Formats: sequence, structure tokens, C-alpha cells
Amino acid sequence: MLKSARAAWFRRLRGNRRLVVGIGIIAVFLGMAALAPYLTPYGPHQVVGRPYSPPSLQHWLGTDNLGADIMSQIIYGSRVSLMVGFAVAVVATLLGTTVGLLAGFYRGPADEGLMRITDVFLILPSLPLAIILAAYLGPSETTIIEVLAVTSWPLVARVVRSQTLSLRERPFTDAARVIGAGNRRIMFRVIIPNLLTLIAANAVLTITAAVAGEAGLDFIGLGNPSVVSWGTMLYWAETYALFNGAWWWIVAPGICICLVGLGAVLISVSIENLFNPRLRGR
Amino acid sequence: MSQGSETILEARDLTVTFVTPVGVMRHRSINAVDNLSLKVRRGESLGLVGESGSGKTTLSRAIVKLTRPSSGGVYFNGEDVYRQSSSSSKEYRRRVQMIFQDPYESLNPRSSVKYMVEEPIIIHKIIKDRRRREEKVSELLQLVGLNPETVLAKYPHELSGGERQRISLARALALSPELLVADEPVSMLDVSIRIGILNLMLDLKRRFNLTCLFVTHDLGVARYFCDRIAVMYRGKIVEMADSEQLLRHPLHPYTKLLIDSVPGRSVKGAEDSAVSEVATTATMDVIAGCSFNPRCPYAQETCRGQTPEFLEVEPGHLVACYFPLK
Amino acid sequence: MALLSIRELSVEYRTERGPLRAVDTVSLDLKEGETLGLAGESGCGKSTLAFSILRLLPPSARISGRIELDGENVVDMDDRTLRNYRWKSVSLVPQGSMNAFDPVRTIGSQIVEGIKAHESISKAEAWQRARKLLSSVGISEDRAKSFPFQFSGGMRQRAAIAMALSLNPKLVILDEPTTALDVVVQKQILTLLRHLQREYQTSFIFITHDLSVLADIATRIAVMYAGKIAEIGSETEVLGSPQHPYSRALIAAIPTIDGEKSAAKSIPGLPPDLISPPSGCRFHPRCPFVFEKCINVEPALTQISRETQAACHLLKAWEAK
Repeated sequence: MLKSARAAWFRRLRGNRRLVVGIGIIAVFLGMAALAPYLTPYGPHQVVGRPYSPPSLQHWLGTDNLGADIMSQIIYGSRVSLMVGFAVAVVATLLGTTVGLLAGFYRGPADEGLMRITDVFLILPSLPLAIILAAYLGPSETTIIEVLAVTSWPLVARVVRSQTLSLRERPFTDAARVIGAGNRRIMFRVIIPNLLTLIAANAVLTITAAVAGEAGLDFIGLGNPSVVSWGTMLYWAETYALFNGAWWWIVAPGICICLVGLGAVLISVSIENLFNPRLRGR
Repeated sequence: MSQGSETILEARDLTVTFVTPVGVMRHRSINAVDNLSLKVRRGESLGLVGESGSGKTTLSRAIVKLTRPSSGGVYFNGEDVYRQSSSSSKEYRRRVQMIFQDPYESLNPRSSVKYMVEEPIIIHKIIKDRRRREEKVSELLQLVGLNPETVLAKYPHELSGGERQRISLARALALSPELLVADEPVSMLDVSIRIGILNLMLDLKRRFNLTCLFVTHDLGVARYFCDRIAVMYRGKIVEMADSEQLLRHPLHPYTKLLIDSVPGRSVKGAEDSAVSEVATTATMDVIAGCSFNPRCPYAQETCRGQTPEFLEVEPGHLVACYFPLK
Repeated sequence: MALLSIRELSVEYRTERGPLRAVDTVSLDLKEGETLGLAGESGCGKSTLAFSILRLLPPSARISGRIELDGENVVDMDDRTLRNYRWKSVSLVPQGSMNAFDPVRTIGSQIVEGIKAHESISKAEAWQRARKLLSSVGISEDRAKSFPFQFSGGMRQRAAIAMALSLNPKLVILDEPTTALDVVVQKQILTLLRHLQREYQTSFIFITHDLSVLADIATRIAVMYAGKIAEIGSETEVLGSPQHPYSRALIAAIPTIDGEKSAAKSIPGLPPDLISPPSGCRFHPRCPFVFEKCINVEPALTQISRETQAACHLLKAWEAK
């Protein structure tokens, strides 16, 4: 039984082109991040060529203002950017799901309280918050992760709460109560399994927002400029690239951010097909 | 099967009130179940018949502790179920089970058949040994007419409506309950499948000496399954009697309306009038006196005064009406 | 002459496992002002048949045969003609339509939208028409600006019927219109339909899985099984003295409120898989009267009385005297 279920699962996977493309894109970048030293002979900060040289066979994406290879920066930068993306997604999803689940399930004063807190965080503007935190904690990638996580979790909480409220009223939840299931069992065996699709889809989208957000915060200087990430690349590129015609310096990280976003979105919209066998081959 | 006159379940002056917002500021409260008293005899199958809005589903939910009553009580074997210790409450869940109307919604889409039937046994720690538990699950599936080999690993979306209701029955029986509350268990199934499920339920009832409370709006189904029928209207029971007696000699005008509405019964002299929207239970205003009087063709002044009492006007036949038929 | 004439209609779906014949060479006629009850279990093809009359099938469906309404063949219609034809000549009250109203718009505005999509009349005229339609289905005109949630289920179903009548079609198809309704409301809807038929001479096709509902409304009844017609004839004959074993079993499966109580019997087995239906007569695996010919030879639809046809080897062809 297990074997045929797995085989059917793979069949579904293959038939779902969006999902495959999405996973493919993300896999490429994950591979890039993981295998960075093997993919490029140069270090990201290593001066290896003439400054501002355009893309060539030797330097696929040209060089920056100091003569370091931009392709290597992209490759090594993917590590930081993706790490931030995933870290934010994990924290925001865990925190948001817990809050949303508890609020939606228990309702009453717990719901009120949790939702008020959520609302406060929801309206917190990320930029001023980032600036303030950076002033206190010093500009670094960790600060960025914290800021992004703090501003991303409320949306997850709201969405999860909505879905929890709806799941609570479904007949199969009543049925679980009638056979004697207590709150814990209902939460873990009924509500959460039916939330998984939503959580997964949201988590993946959070990655997109986080990668882009990281780039944005780096760009305005709240990240650690000596760390190489796609965002810090744009930070340096802003000052140096434009007046020196080094368009490749700007385009490269920008495209990477977009591609990761695209991959994540493709996965997110097709994830339901993976978990929900009723919609197959769409 | 012998039917004692012992009362297994009693509802006493039970009221369930729902509050709905009207407009922005105001609220309106409706008594879905209105000061209702009922005694269910051990071993019988009692039908609760009525239109939507009659309160039959709410009553059944109050009995299985899914909806809390606003006043009054539910007593199981004499014990007040809403004033129990948590261990008695859990025990209550063993003794009283429910089958729901929607076969597509009452099963968790994420649970396998095996898990669904096993879960009650796990929760109540009835069988701790895994192998013995699996055997019991197979037994239960066979009892409801399913082949364990074929269905054990399946998920709800892979089953037909009839199969899903059978799973619900298997799950309910896993705890060897005394009372089974069924809320419209066959109304969402094709007519050709209904009888199969009803016969299964009758068989299980006989085999395990179950008492059944059967909620339905279909009189034919009620007659087939139930020994006694209670007709509900707007939160109250308006008539109750032995099934055959009720259908052959209805005493309450509402019961008669229900019977006459069954397709194929051309009422003598009835014209195809009533194109206009007849007042149904949808109107939520409180009605003075007998709640049926706006629709009753025999309504008189007395009916608009005080609510009629629920009295035994013939042996075994109770009705709440000032002017019972015939 | 018949209003609707269906000849050798087949509808085939392309599926992962192969072609699925949801409707298999079905022929039937419908006169003006007549109500045809189309009955059968889930999956027998009745909804597919009805939808093919409106050409509302998904792209994976292949239709073959003829469907003629007022002489025009629907199967061949191009998109432009179809747009004119749909809702104006034939309309539909789909299953669960009482729950298909847009919850954030008034009932009236939704009816008006349908009217204006087909006819270039002023908004005021369209609203007037909508109000009249609502009143003709028993909803007072001042409720036209109410929202769906303010209507009961029965009222919403009436509104759906009003919507289907908004362009005065010759034929209205109703798919399980009373399935989710209580018996009292159901009777009101059936009474309404009879009244509308007398007023406007509209023909109805009434799809249901519950044959008993057709007692008060159908002139003729077609019982379908596994994509084919098992029996088709006048309401009196099909309900009163059904001949095909499946029709008889279907009627016997309905518990009645009078008559012999324990007479109701279930039909053993399940409807067949339409990708590889049984050989010979499709009902043979479940038929209590099966004999050898049934397994090998598919019975043809034969006239078994003046008004009724059935497809069963047990039944003798009727000879007109």
C-alpha cells in the first residue's frame, strides 16, 4: 500500500508543472548556496579582475568597483539571502500559527487578547522599526531577521485564526467531540492537519517577502555591508554601479530575488494540489 | 426486542436560546428549543420529525452535549449530564453517540478509515493492545457491511456517501454505546441507498440493544425506522404517538400538513392555490399562544391566547392542541 | 411536433483511465407544456444529459447525436447562436442554486444582471421585470432589494426559478430543485411549478434521484441507468406499474407513509463503472430476474405499451391493435 501511495504521489508531482518548476527554481538556488565553494574559483571579496568589467567568459557577471567577481558574490550571497528568507519564514510561521490557532480555537478573552497584540504588531511599520532596532542592536543580518519576523507573523496569525474559526464549526470537529476527543486532541488531530496546506502555502510566500525584505533593508544600509548578500550587493551597487555603467551589478541580484520569489509563488499556489488529492493535474 | 418503559434519556423543560444580531445595534433571541420535555424509553427508536427551524437538530445536539442549553436539563439514566464530573462526562461520551447528516463533512478529510474507527477506542483506552485493536476495527467494519481489506487505508474522499455513513456507524459502535442519536443520517444519500443504511441501522439496533433517537424531516423514513414519532414545531413537540397511529390518525393540524405535503397524496378538493409565499418557520417573531396558529386552518381565538399544553388525549398519543383533529 | 427532440445522443468524457460514456445513445422527445421527469441514481447520466441540452459540458466532453429545439440542432450551434439560445430558449436551475446567489448583492440586482446581459432594455425596465418575476413565483415585490441571506431556502429556490424564467424560455431544466428542502416547502415549489406551467406553457425537465417527487409534477418520466434509458413513459404508468426491474427496484426502495411498511427494499450492489460497463444489459449484475441473454445481449428500448418504452429482455413488445 505504501509503495503505490508513493508512486501515485510522484505521478501527481510530475503532472503538476507549476509545482515542478517552482521546486526546480528553489532547488537551483539552494544548490547554489550549498555548493558555493565548488561552483566558483573566486571568493566573493577577492579582487580578481579589472574593476567594472562587463560580463565575459572569465567573469560571467562582470566585476564590481573593486574588481571582485560578481557571479561569486551572487553565489555566496545566496547563502545569506536564502538563510534570512528561511529563518524569517520559520519564525513567522511558527509564531503566527501558534497565536492564530490558540486565538481561533479558544475564542473568548484569549482570542481578544491575542488579537489585540497581533493588531499592534500588524500595524508596526517595518522600516522605522528596523531603523530603531538597528540603532540599538547594530546593523546586522540578525537584526534584519528579527525585524522581518516581527512584522511578518501577524498576517500569518490572522489567516490561521480565520481558518481555525471555520474548521472549529465543521461537522467533523463535532464528530470528534462526540467520540470524546478533548481540546488537545482536536487541535492536533483535527485542526492542525487541516491547516497544513494553508500553513505551507503561507510559509513559502513568507520566504519571498523575506528575501525581498532583506534586500530592501540591506539596501538602505540596515544590514551589515561587509556581509555579502543580494541586498548588500544592491547597497553597494547603488553608489557605484550607476555612474560607471555597470548595469550587470544591479540586474544580477535583482533577477535572483525575482526568481526566488517566482519559485516560491509557484510552489505556494500548487501546494494544495500536492496535499489535496481531489484536485489533481491542474 | 423488548421495550421496557424504563426511561434512558429525559429532557426536562429544556430551552436553547440563540441570539442573533438584527441590524447594527440590536439583538433578537430565538428559542430554538422551547421549554421542551421528553422521555426516551430504553430500547425504542424515537423519531424527531419536523421542518428545518423546528429545533430537532438543536435538540439532538443538546442531548449529545454539543450545544449547551440555556435552561432546563438533560438526564441520562437519571444523571444530569450538564452537571457531571469530567470523568462522568467522558463516560457519557461512551454511552451516547451521534451520526451526522452530511457524510461528506462529518469525516475528517485527513484521517484514514482505520484511524477514524480506531480513534474512539484509543481515546477511551478500551483496548490497549495494538493488534487486538486492529482486529476490533476489522470486526466493526465488517459489522457495517464493509470489507476491511478494501477500505482500511482509504481516505474519506475515496469513499461513496453510503460508505462514509457506514464508517460513521462503525465509529459510533466502537464504544458499544447505549444510545445512538442520528441526525438525518440518510437525507443526503440517494434514495436507492437509504434503505440499505436504514436496514443496517435496524439490524445493529437489534443486535446491540440500542436506543435510537432519529431526527428526520422525511415521514416515510421515520415510519420505516421508528417505533414512536414526535413531531416538532418551532422548538416544541406538538404531537407524539406510535408511528402507525400518528400517520393514520394525526391529531395536530401541523402533523396533518406534513402528511398531506408528501408528494403523490392529492388532497380532496385542494386547489393549486398557495402560489404566494406561505409563512414558514422562517419568520422569527414571537407568536402568542399556539405557535402554529398563523398557519393553522382551524385556528380560533383560544389558540391565540395561551400556549396549549402537551396532553395525552388518547392512550399513548399526546398532542398540544386545543382542537385536535377528528 | 415536439419542442425538444433528442436522437442518439452520446456524451463521452476523456479521463485518465480512458473514455467514459456518461450518456449512451439516448433518444427522447418533449412536447410543449410538458414536464419530463428524469430520474436515476447518482452518476446515471441525467445531469450530463440535461447539461448537454444547454451545451454546458466541460471541454473534455464529446457530444455526438442530435439535440433539436424547435427544429434547430443544438449540437452544431456556433458560439454566437449559443449565446442567444442559452437562457432565452432554454434555461437552467442548477443543483444547489439556492446557495449559489452572490451573497453581497441583492436578489433583484442579480436577476436584472441576467436580463440585461441578453436584452438591451433600460435598467428601470429590467428592474420592473425582475419584480414581476419575483411576484410570479410568490415573492412579494418589495423583497427584490433583499439579500440572499434574508431569504429562507425555499424563497431562494423560488428566486432561482424566477431567474430561470426571466427571458421567457420555452424549456427550463431543473436539477434536483427540491432535494435540500423540507416536505412542506417542497410541495409549495411543486405547486408553483405546476402553476407556472399552466400560465406560460413552459416545458420542464425535472431531474431527481427521488422518483416519488415526480408524482405530482411530471407528465412523463424517463428512468436512466448507467447512461441509458431503462424505461420511459407516462407518469401514471412508470410510477403506477413500472415494468423495468430497475424502475421497480427504485420505487420499491422508497419507504412510504402508507401501505405495507416492510415493503421497502434496497437495491444490492452499486451503479457500474462507466468506463467499462457490464456486458449486455448494464443492470444485469444487480437484477433479480437476470438470465443468460441479459449478460450477452444489450436490450433495445422497445414499446411495451401505448405510452411506455422499456429496455429489458423480459418484456414483450406491444402491438398496436
